[in-house]
Amino acid sequence: MVHTFSALGYQIAVDVNSGAVHLLDDASFRILGLAEGPLGEALPESLRRALPDYTREELEEAWRELLELQGKGELFSSDDYVDPNRSVPRGAPVKALCLHVSHDCNLRCRYCFAATGDFGTGRKIMDFETAKKAIDFVVRKSGARRNIEVDFFGGEPLMAMDTVRKTVEYARSIEKEAGKNFRFTITTNGMLLSDETIEYINREMDNVVLSLDGRREIHDAMRITPGGKGSYDVIVPRFQKLVKSRGDKDYYARGTFTARNLDFTQDVLHMAELGFESISVEPATGPKGDPFAVGSAELPRVFEEYERLAEEMKDREDFRFFHFNVDLSQGPCVIKRLRGCGAGCEYVAVTPEGDIYPCHQFVGKPEYRLGSVHDGSFDMGISDVFAGLNIYTREDCRDCWAKFYCSGGCSAGNLLVTGDIRKPNSAACEMERKRLECAIALRAAESERED
Amino acid sequence: MKHIKTLNGPTLKKSAAKGGCGECQTSCQSACKTSCTVANQKCENKNK
Repeated sequence: MVHTFSALGYQIAVDVNSGAVHLLDDASFRILGLAEGPLGEALPESLRRALPDYTREELEEAWRELLELQGKGELFSSDDYVDPNRSVPRGAPVKALCLHVSHDCNLRCRYCFAATGDFGTGRKIMDFETAKKAIDFVVRKSGARRNIEVDFFGGEPLMAMDTVRKTVEYARSIEKEAGKNFRFTITTNGMLLSDETIEYINREMDNVVLSLDGRREIHDAMRITPGGKGSYDVIVPRFQKLVKSRGDKDYYARGTFTARNLDFTQDVLHMAELGFESISVEPATGPKGDPFAVGSAELPRVFEEYERLAEEMKDREDFRFFHFNVDLSQGPCVIKRLRGCGAGCEYVAVTPEGDIYPCHQFVGKPEYRLGSVHDGSFDMGISDVFAGLNIYTREDCRDCWAKFYCSGGCSAGNLLVTGDIRKPNSAACEMERKRLECAIALRAAESERED
Repeated sequence: MKHIKTLNGPTLKKSAAKGGCGECQTSCQSACKTSCTVANQKCENKNK
């Protein structure tokens, strides 16, 4: 399978199965757009007639170069990966926890997928005993995996700092003996950040996700206090302080854009102006009819905006955009790319009550409850359904050119929009493909700069 | 080549041989929490 596209003034071919990416001139681009692979030895006469703007010599020369790439396995290469034993991780170790230390929040964001913090299950803080059992659970279930990720999530996790501190301390106290390496992340709205918590986070957390939507008026229209006040002025100086003293440790300034601010490039650039170098903005998700959710109707505008953002980033290196960070040569192996996010098998969420769900977005949906850290239960029946999801078993993924980059998308997003974890949400797929085209074109621009 | 410049070789095929160690980050944990891109993750296989 070969995907050809134009972006940022480049004409690009992605050989899907090998991962090879080629920059093409007009003649070779137009040939590939018309030719069906695999290519034969001779340039078909029908193709020559279809491209009268080029001389026979030009077309034959381009054809020979395309043939050479095909011969090297870099064009129309075969898919050798369909091996159920490698693509379905049955009984896979659980290696990542989304620990919902707080089902309470001090903001009332209007687009919140977690029902303003409590996931519809009542406002509650996780006690340390439950968190400790969650740590024991992941150590027990992680088998030979050494790296264990724990994301302190909510609600607002800074409302549960006592649990966070005790959990980190406990995990650190057992990791050596257990042969594990814990990596902590915290996702915060910033309202409770103090100098002391900033110092703690920068010392203990391998990654921190800072929720900021961009421009003040955009942020404050959505991210409001229970009293209805915007939060921008409170959080921005604290986030800047945190980032300034973070050194080279990972962080993301992470925003949500909705159907009401489709000019999100302005928000990304605003975050860059504020001094944030690692930036992500994500489309708001929601069922059909949700006034904020970004869906099919918004796609043309969203595509235009991703192109605008990529164009802006073409000549600057002062910030990175999460979805454009595709490393063509050093990214994850193809085995990882077959399986995707790992929700429900490698990755689970634990609620303040100790209930286990496939991921944070399934919390509050009783039919997806996997078990509890209190009694050690874990429903392998449900887990295996998730483990069985990959780019070959998910409807529509098998024939998608982006399958090895996106790896099957988001099961929770699918459920929300299509009612089926297996059936991709087509609007999300189209946005992902557009982001990937921009990301690959940016690598082309980089390569040109290096030359 | 005159008409084509290769930006990236067949790295995906090569990664199949020693892949699957499972030590890399779970994609949703890093920033997105709502929409996946797996290709922007880092490989952590020390033995490849």
